[in-house]
Amino acid sequence: MKLELRGITKRFGTLVANDHIDLVVEPGEIHCLLGENGAGKSTLMNVLYGIYKADEGEILLDDKVQNFAGPGDAMAAGIGMVHQHFMLIPVFTVAENVMLGHEPTHFGGSLDLAKARAKVREISDRFGFDVDPDAVVEDLPVGVQQRVEIIKALSRDAHVLVFDEPTAVLTPQETDELMLIMKQLKETGTSIVFITHKLREVREVADRITVVRLGKVVGEAKPTASNEELASMMVGRAVELTIEKGKAKLGDPALVVEKLSVIDPIGQLVVNNISFDVKAGEIVAIAGVQGNGQTELVEAIMGLQPRVRGGISLDGRQLVGRTVREILDAGVGFVPEDRNVDGLVSEFSIAENLMLDRANGAPFAKFGSIQLQTLSDFSTEKLSEFDIRAQGIGTLAGNLSGGNQQKVVLARELSRELHLLVAAQPTRGLDVGSVEFVHTRIVEARDAGVPVLVVSTELDEVVALADRIAVMYRGGIVGIVPGDTPRDVLGLMMAGEAPRGSGKAA
Amino acid sequence: MSTVAETPATRTSKVVLEKTVVKSWKAPIALGIFSVIAIVLFGIFGRSGTTHFRISTPDDLIQIPDLHLPSDLTCWILAVVLVGLAALAAWRVQVAAKVPLWLTIIFTIIFLFAFLTWAAAGALIPIPGLLIGAVSLSVPLIFGALSGVICERTGVVNIAIEGQLLAGAFVSALVASVTRQPLAGLVAAMVAGVLVSFVLAAFAIKYIVDQIIVGVVLNVLVAGLTGFLFSKVLSPNETLLNNPPRFDRIDIPILGQIPIIGPVLFNQTIIVYIMYLTIAAVAYALFRTRWGLRTRSVGEHPHAADTVGIKVNAMRFWNVSLGGAIAGFGGAYFTLGSVGSFTKEMTAGAGFIALAAVIFGRWDPIRATLAGLLFGFATNLQSVLGVIGSPVPSQFMLMLPYVVTIFAVAGLVGMSRPPAADGKPYIK
Repeated sequence: MKLELRGITKRFGTLVANDHIDLVVEPGEIHCLLGENGAGKSTLMNVLYGIYKADEGEILLDDKVQNFAGPGDAMAAGIGMVHQHFMLIPVFTVAENVMLGHEPTHFGGSLDLAKARAKVREISDRFGFDVDPDAVVEDLPVGVQQRVEIIKALSRDAHVLVFDEPTAVLTPQETDELMLIMKQLKETGTSIVFITHKLREVREVADRITVVRLGKVVGEAKPTASNEELASMMVGRAVELTIEKGKAKLGDPALVVEKLSVIDPIGQLVVNNISFDVKAGEIVAIAGVQGNGQTELVEAIMGLQPRVRGGISLDGRQLVGRTVREILDAGVGFVPEDRNVDGLVSEFSIAENLMLDRANGAPFAKFGSIQLQTLSDFSTEKLSEFDIRAQGIGTLAGNLSGGNQQKVVLARELSRELHLLVAAQPTRGLDVGSVEFVHTRIVEARDAGVPVLVVSTELDEVVALADRIAVMYRGGIVGIVPGDTPRDVLGLMMAGEAPRGSGKAA
Repeated sequence: MSTVAETPATRTSKVVLEKTVVKSWKAPIALGIFSVIAIVLFGIFGRSGTTHFRISTPDDLIQIPDLHLPSDLTCWILAVVLVGLAALAAWRVQVAAKVPLWLTIIFTIIFLFAFLTWAAAGALIPIPGLLIGAVSLSVPLIFGALSGVICERTGVVNIAIEGQLLAGAFVSALVASVTRQPLAGLVAAMVAGVLVSFVLAAFAIKYIVDQIIVGVVLNVLVAGLTGFLFSKVLSPNETLLNNPPRFDRIDIPILGQIPIIGPVLFNQTIIVYIMYLTIAAVAYALFRTRWGLRTRSVGEHPHAADTVGIKVNAMRFWNVSLGGAIAGFGGAYFTLGSVGSFTKEMTAGAGFIALAAVIFGRWDPIRATLAGLLFGFATNLQSVLGVIGSPVPSQFMLMLPYVVTIFAVAGLVGMSRPPAADGKPYIK
């Protein structure tokens, strides 16, 4: 099926998310939509899928103008979508999820589960997915959940399939498998729109590439284009993709984690007996696919997990069992993985956010009242030091872009005397320019002799920053390897395979 | 690059994290406390005499003779059994196993039996009467709980069950009195419940006002409105406006003659029989039909439901309305089934107990029904013991249903998971 978007414009208030976007996807073509976070890719696809209504422009399928009032219409017209955040009901089985919305029924509306199961099996067998129709979705690994999403779209006879950032949650191996599936689908004549900001993937599968920046199409590229060419189109200027990093000057082990386990409310070991250390002046990166215990590990270090076994010591002082306040006072800087939830109060100003974890004493508070002059001087200084682009220190944090928000968090955490920096997903959702900035700052902290623990699901980031890499899988550490370990080895480790050799090198 | 066929089998298998055991001493401690109470109260402060249990009614096909038990000795034996069960629970936890649910249930039943034996020493407890009353008192609770299950499964917390019951009770009394048709009263009660639901749904779903607040306000509103109309309109014209005809009991042949459960379950008014059908229908529809699948999807992950073309807010609106109809119907039982006329605030918190039954029943219609029966039983036990003259002060006994509610909801259910989007409005 041929898909054509003509002059799609979508505004949110004064923000123009999509500005007269044109896009043509030929039948049996994999068309990549490349752009940074916030470039308007997802908005465009939500318009296509009927979730948003375009202010201007039209959608054509096989040269017929379509009018979608909701996702139901888009699906009926043959558009399927594999969402970035899976649109699956966790407590339902695979068959129930696939049938939802177009359920086969007996008389009186009672469900025909047998038919739904058969449908799942049929599609699953056709592509070699190996998905059990009776498995409950929340018990399945993310890679399999994604296949369920694909089955869901195919079960409605989708001829245009949109993949919205599908690889964000996958291991490199799962990503390779997804690429194969996409090629398989293409063979059967399905048109595919593949949204991503990862250059490597684009060049591997795309037949054509359309680059979007700030809501506009900035050009088309060929899959043969180099990474640098694509990146500069995406960002609008030449970009340095690798950062300068000297050799680490290692000190003594500062953060020592010993036989640490974290137990969740239903008794599962989400972090399972792990041990590692971070030396002064060293960056240790925790790599791994989202949801393998990294979040809980970081929370345990910060004192945010109630059930922790084992030891975490910083410069010889035990941290387990201390309050968050005591841990912060011990000199631990923390960049949380979701800045909007744990990092900032979006209704507070930049200045208030900058003193958020230091409001209980001098210099910001004396006798229980906030020292506004001190705060204002401090904030103004940090604003320029960290290049936070805002009207002033009174701007609400919620009104900043992701990159500037993250700079506020970094400014707060790095302006204390640090004995440890914990940065979880420090560049998630940031534009390339901000990524450069954040990475530089983290390396600076390292060079100043601070031990740094970076947790990231992005292999690029791990490789760029780490002096040593610990890979987590299902709560355990698969191995700790040097920072220059090849990506394919790391990829296998992220799927749980221990590296060849000793496994505990470096 | 690997091919799809080479996918390691481990990748597609279930993610099983290693489990560790967190020893929870909650259950053995609770059981231990109750065993101590049993020993002290029923044993040391035991009462002499004989306790009589009547098991059959005269109409039963098979007559089972009354049970006569020496109070003192029976209580001691039962107390020792209770201590044994508590010790068993403690041992299970010690070896890092779970305390099974059946143990708690058996413990509860034995404790209850010991309590009855002790409280009714020298008197007679009519078991069928106790149970008939329990079912009777549970009817509005069960209708309320079914309403709550539907609403919460669809993602709206229905705090207004109390108001819906009360509205149903009031309107059914009024309409049945005027038309002299109890059936007309039933229909009117449903309409009244739906109207209350419309307000809840409109504010909670369309205007995204906090559901708890709207619900509470509605309860107060309905209580005020019916109270006002009762004292200004109904009371002065008692015979004309507040004198509804009541439904007669219908004895179902054969089934009604089964010992114990016959008179309890199959010699009831039409409202109770409709209740049985409603329970079955809700349980079936919720888990086996297209409507049920969509309802649950909207309560778990409304965004996902939206992306497959389900109209989330419309679905919620009509399900809340349906919930209102069921609760309103249950309210009619107060006036047309049991009491026979409307009195001010006659629901007396039944709606809130129903809400507790929803949680206790883990958002499942059958379990919520059982919870409703349990609460009904606790209420009736209190009144039966009051009649036969128990040594426990009546004020204390009045607390019984609420104490059971608190224990049931807080301690005994363990981890239960509500629908993920319960109480959260869906904004596109």
